[in-house]
Amino acid sequence: MTAPMLEVENLSLHLGEGTRRRLILDGVSFSLKPGESFGLAGESGSGKSTVLRCIAGLYRHWTGTIRLDGEPLAARPEKDRCRLVQMVFQDPYGSLHPRHKIDTILAEPLRIHGMGDVDRRVDRILTQVGLGPRFRYRYPHQLSGGQRQRVAIARALMLEPRILLLDEPTSALDVSIQAEILNLLADLRTELDLTFLLVSHDLAVIEHMCHSLAIMRAGRIVETLSRETLAHGTPEASYTAALIKASERYDRELAGVLARED
Amino acid sequence: MSTDLSSAPRRGLSHWLSTDEITSGRQAAAQRAYWGFVGFMGNPLAVIGALIILLLIISAAFAPLVATHDPIAQNLRAALQPPSAANWFGTDELGRDIYSRIVYGARITLTIVVLVSVIVGPIGLFVGMLAGFVGGWTDRILMRITDIFLSFPSLVLALAFAAALGPGLENAVIAIALTAWPPIARLARAETLTIRSSDFIAAARLVGASRLRLLFRHVLPLCLPSVIVRLCLNMAGIILTAAGLGFLGLGAQPPSPEWGAMTSAGRRFMLDSWWVVTMPGSAILIVSLAFNLFGDGLRDLLDPRHSK
Amino acid sequence: MTTSTDPLLSVKNLRVRYVSSRGVMDAVRGVSFDLGREKLAIVGESGSGKSTVGRALLKLLPGSAKVTADTCRFEGTHLLDLSPKAMRKVRGHRISMILQDPKYSLNPLMTVGEQVAEAYRVHHPGARAEARERALAQLAAVKIRDPEHVYGLYPHEISGGMGQRVMIAMMLIPDPALIIADEPTSALDVTVRMQVLAILDDLVKERGLGLIFISHDLNLVKSFCDRVLIMYAGQVVEELKGSELDEAKHPYSRGLLASLPRLGERRERLSVLERKPEWLIEGASR
Repeated sequence: MTAPMLEVENLSLHLGEGTRRRLILDGVSFSLKPGESFGLAGESGSGKSTVLRCIAGLYRHWTGTIRLDGEPLAARPEKDRCRLVQMVFQDPYGSLHPRHKIDTILAEPLRIHGMGDVDRRVDRILTQVGLGPRFRYRYPHQLSGGQRQRVAIARALMLEPRILLLDEPTSALDVSIQAEILNLLADLRTELDLTFLLVSHDLAVIEHMCHSLAIMRAGRIVETLSRETLAHGTPEASYTAALIKASERYDRELAGVLARED
Repeated sequence: MSTDLSSAPRRGLSHWLSTDEITSGRQAAAQRAYWGFVGFMGNPLAVIGALIILLLIISAAFAPLVATHDPIAQNLRAALQPPSAANWFGTDELGRDIYSRIVYGARITLTIVVLVSVIVGPIGLFVGMLAGFVGGWTDRILMRITDIFLSFPSLVLALAFAAALGPGLENAVIAIALTAWPPIARLARAETLTIRSSDFIAAARLVGASRLRLLFRHVLPLCLPSVIVRLCLNMAGIILTAAGLGFLGLGAQPPSPEWGAMTSAGRRFMLDSWWVVTMPGSAILIVSLAFNLFGDGLRDLLDPRHSK
Repeated sequence: MTTSTDPLLSVKNLRVRYVSSRGVMDAVRGVSFDLGREKLAIVGESGSGKSTVGRALLKLLPGSAKVTADTCRFEGTHLLDLSPKAMRKVRGHRISMILQDPKYSLNPLMTVGEQVAEAYRVHHPGARAEARERALAQLAAVKIRDPEHVYGLYPHEISGGMGQRVMIAMMLIPDPALIIADEPTSALDVTVRMQVLAILDDLVKERGLGLIFISHDLNLVKSFCDRVLIMYAGQVVEELKGSELDEAKHPYSRGLLASLPRLGERRERLSVLERKPEWLIEGASR
């Protein structure tokens, strides 16, 4: 039994102040082995993206324990965390600075962490994500959505992290581009021995990418299941079953059932 | 807005500027500048504004060459002469050549505009970005201070300062600057607030960027264009306030050829000798207008939200 | 006069061309289809021209777009020949459009009920009380459980799914014969999406409406729509029955289907679409 790469235990988070203070995450727990790919699925407002933001350090006032490679997140220096965990965001148009060249975007992490050999590393990563060095001196607005997402992935890989947090990385893209990006991510995972935590509303994407997954609803994990269980459509929770059915095809009868439950 | 011609290969400069095969950071910058320039040239009014400002700068820089007379040399025998071949814009009550005085006055106007912008831009930008980025109490305190300055009528505050510090060009600049920074700060804060919550800032935080780095490398380049545009549009107001102070005798002191002061001095002869007031007055009008036109063009260029 | 066998909408050789200082861009190149009282899907990737078709029919394109067609007949009238005034009448009364995000289509300062009632009063002036009655009935018709309560809510107080239902209620007030829905459910969660689709489905079945369903979601269209047009680069490359989508023949359609991950049919790699110039039935446009 290998030690977990990422362990989340009883993670809770409140957002807002006074009367508008709301519980966003309520005792979320899961763990990932090194090299594993784990999915978080759920509908909007279920808190799935918030989990990523807590692990990434974008929210700090959560309670519970997050352990990276065996060590609690709180005990790690910030720079250390950056070298271990990186994130890819949903919107490729909003996650790249509009006035920075690709070169600037990719070199920045290296400069911050005092890593040398900037030119070679930037060229190599651009090749690795299938863009090539000729994209180096362009601005984000000169690239398509898929190309931008490749740059965002390249940026996340600059510091050679072990864990990649993927927040709906393909939901803003066309299906044919989605296939390219998902293939690229799968290749990178085996090549670089990465651990993935993927958030998506699309169960088919999660089934394709992840070994196991958790279904979230209203800040809690409803059920954790394996890829096989998802594929066979045999979950335990009725909510999961409804979600799987609703994702498969349009069904007039199911719609009636859902409307009554709503 | 010039492109770096020297680094281009000899053949096909236009190719170098428009190709997709960008091989260096310098080429990327040159392309950006070039396409910006092309876009700007498509706006005739802005180009006219830019030309007038250029003319203003040239006449200020080469005033002794451009002017036909000494701006403070008096010639009482030739007082209040209408425009003629010898005195293009006529002469004033002391026989000074109005054309030459306007040319030299461009120096004073430009000095005021540049000094005010240099003081106001960084202060407004810094206060606004800090308030927007840090938030919380810092934001509240900084914004209340801004509100206090904003609630004074600018000319009256400038008047009070000029009166307290004594009349003169430097004091006029300080007085105008005091009232001109709050709108810039507000603008910078509003921009910062929208930028702060964007994904690219989150991504930069994730790679370990310090707050200072976020502020200066990420927020600043996005705030800067709108602040520059705003400053440019403010220049018309600055020129008018400076002229107003000059008109009231609290700006540049005689005999220096400040446009406002010239208008003020000429007012007594307005009925008989129209040119004494009209010429410096038109200069104020045209230059203010030019800054506005230029600022509008710059906004279309720098701010993607306003472009088609 | 239209008889029951005539199609509701008949489009032949629809073209949309954008002319600007940067050059000429053909967004739609010769699209033809007939629509009866059925659910017709137009699918394609971004830039395929699918949304442009919907907007061209309603003349909602900017002035730089030049729209031409050999035929564009709706209930016996030629849509492209109509004056702007007559078109407004058609747009309000006979053809309705539902857009992707209800958040941007609703007025944030009016309660949703008032907005639905307002839509009624535009077509039937006077009669405030009657407008309210109709609005409540319409909200109930889109399966809103407590219409009285929802009537008094502001747009920011309702969920995305509810907002889309309110939009549909508003569109139904003038009793249209054709609904053009442009990605109406892509901003919604799967379970909510299902319910909104059910409402549209029932409308087509019960009132005999025609529905043009513009979407990028092949999986959804397959089970929801009667017929599917697959668009690529401004042209319809293939037309199929929804249920037979998996048997698509055109390499582009097949490529799209193959690149789509599907539940229970996992492959090690997704196949990647390669675009070929010969897919353009008509090379350079006329």
